[in-house]
Amino acid sequence: MGKLPMRARVATTLGGAAGRMSRLAGRGDGSVIGGVIGLRVEPGLLSLLAADREIVLVTGTNGKTTTTRLITAALSATGQEVASNAFGANMEAGLAAALGQAPEAPFAVLETDEKYVPAVLRATNARVVTLLNLSRDQMDRAAEIWLVARRWREAFEAAPDCRVVANADDPLIAWAASGAHQVTWVAAGQRWHEDSWCCPRCGSHLRRDDLGWRCGECEFSRPAARWVLDGPSVIDSAGGVTELSLALPGRANRSNAVMALAVAEVFGVPPGAALQKMRSVTSVAGRYTQVERDGRQVRLLLAKNPAGWLEAFDVLEPAPVPVLLSVNAQVPDGRDTSWLWDVDYRVVRDRPVLVSGERGLDLAVRLEADGVAFEMVGGIDDAVSRVRPGGTLDVIANYTAFQQIRTAVGRAA
Amino acid sequence: MGAHARGPGTLRLVWVYPDLLSTYGDRGNLLVLERRARLRGIEVEAIQVNSDQPVPRQGDIYLLGGGEDLPQVLAARRLGTDGGLAAAAAQGSVIFAVCAGYQLVGAEFGGDQGQPVRGLEILDIRSTRGDRRGVGEILADVDPALGVPRLTGFENHQGVTRIGPGARPLARVLTGVGNGDGTEGAYAGRVLGTYLHGPALVRNPALADLLLSWAAGPLPPLDPGYEAWTTQFRDQRLAAVPVG
Repeated sequence: MGKLPMRARVATTLGGAAGRMSRLAGRGDGSVIGGVIGLRVEPGLLSLLAADREIVLVTGTNGKTTTTRLITAALSATGQEVASNAFGANMEAGLAAALGQAPEAPFAVLETDEKYVPAVLRATNARVVTLLNLSRDQMDRAAEIWLVARRWREAFEAAPDCRVVANADDPLIAWAASGAHQVTWVAAGQRWHEDSWCCPRCGSHLRRDDLGWRCGECEFSRPAARWVLDGPSVIDSAGGVTELSLALPGRANRSNAVMALAVAEVFGVPPGAALQKMRSVTSVAGRYTQVERDGRQVRLLLAKNPAGWLEAFDVLEPAPVPVLLSVNAQVPDGRDTSWLWDVDYRVVRDRPVLVSGERGLDLAVRLEADGVAFEMVGGIDDAVSRVRPGGTLDVIANYTAFQQIRTAVGRAA
Repeated sequence: MGAHARGPGTLRLVWVYPDLLSTYGDRGNLLVLERRARLRGIEVEAIQVNSDQPVPRQGDIYLLGGGEDLPQVLAARRLGTDGGLAAAAAQGSVIFAVCAGYQLVGAEFGGDQGQPVRGLEILDIRSTRGDRRGVGEILADVDPALGVPRLTGFENHQGVTRIGPGARPLARVLTGVGNGDGTEGAYAGRVLGTYLHGPALVRNPALADLLLSWAAGPLPPLDPGYEAWTTQFRDQRLAAVPVG
């Protein structure tokens, strides 16, 4: 902090004060407003705040917040302070605020919105960019994902000092990362294939088999991986096999964890030490939290797009534990609910299904077409009242529906 | 009419190139047609044809969905070479084309750099890239000759489409962009295209029934019990979007 120019120091101080005021006023965690004000005073703030630190960016359609948290935990094994935008404020202001709040931290792990990766990479001169996956998401306001990948690729070509840690199983990610000067390939898996039937390089049909994917026409194929997610375990870069045993549930989180281990290796943190820290992560910004409500256990899962729903189904309690599905279509969710038809809901035919949310009728029609029996409910409390006392309710909701439910059951969740 | 075109009793639905043309919920149209046919006792065979497979010529209804720019160009090229879709259209099969699929059944459309790309010439329309994307809810009143009530849907495209003398506008826009000249979609014979993207038939079951009747002849009405959620959903969307 001592080396910051006066203007940046003023910007950070003003931003910090605004963040505190915002928190006091109960308007959220204050992480964005501080950055907004700081950037208004000093537009180069992000760059100044990032100077002389080891910066890790984390991006992709799904798993950003969780992976950011896992990498932060892993790097804490160095004994050094790690700055992070832990609450998902992932545009420039949120990043500046996170750095401003931890001026002495030598490391920063920053969740970064897909669109902002090129600009943030330029501003922060990040040491590592972590690329998780790319799939359809909120297409009413987001760019086509192939364009996103192309912009990343160009940004990596122009950043020779940056190492990209990339999921080799996602063809679009592999294409974006292959523009980088240094790449660590991770076989982190890909459950959702519907956005990667075309070769990102030549457009032809991709073929898939047990070994991964390859283009039928050009030479592009899945790169050989240095880290592999193998069921419950990770095979590390030295060939060692370790069971992950995370507190977080599901395949998607095991995938996120292997990505985090590969990032930790770049900074000399061995997998054993990193995993020990990562296992202490139990919930991330309310996700995977279990809370008690009126004598029932309620478990909250966030799913914002088709690939996310697929991963959420993976961590449901076994039938007949009931599930509440809740869908909104506010701006942060995407105004268009067409994506519901890309999710295969037949997997919940085996359990009681409850439906709520501002777009519950969209979901009702969708479930009917898949032959899923369901009941429409008024909200989380109505849903809870239909579960037997002492029982469990799983909840899958998209972004604002999740926030509404989280508010209703208490922020403590 | 059309009953002669299908095999004994089975309605063949062909979903064309979901690997290239299924950007956002396009499966919904297939599922809705399947459901509404089966509820009337019609047997259905649903076939998905990827871009590395030949398009069968004996289908009753062909569905084409939305796609990003490059896949759209690739799909047009492959379908042109394959020839199956054009042959099916010439035999009088029903074709329902959405968004990128709508553009590519026309004579020409704008490619990823705005360059003109040759379409399949199944429908007499010509599309170009406009200056800005039309994104949002759309309402449109259907050509009265088709007997289908007001369309509700979501559009997300940058296309501007002109309709030639060989086709008619499907509808007149009340809210939204559509073809860009106050009309929306186009049809000629049994080929029908629209900018209502993704699961357009979910919100517009009468349009789904029109396509089914083109392929299978007159349909008995559905028991209202089967329509309850669809009706509520459709009414909610119509009420939520202001006209004009």
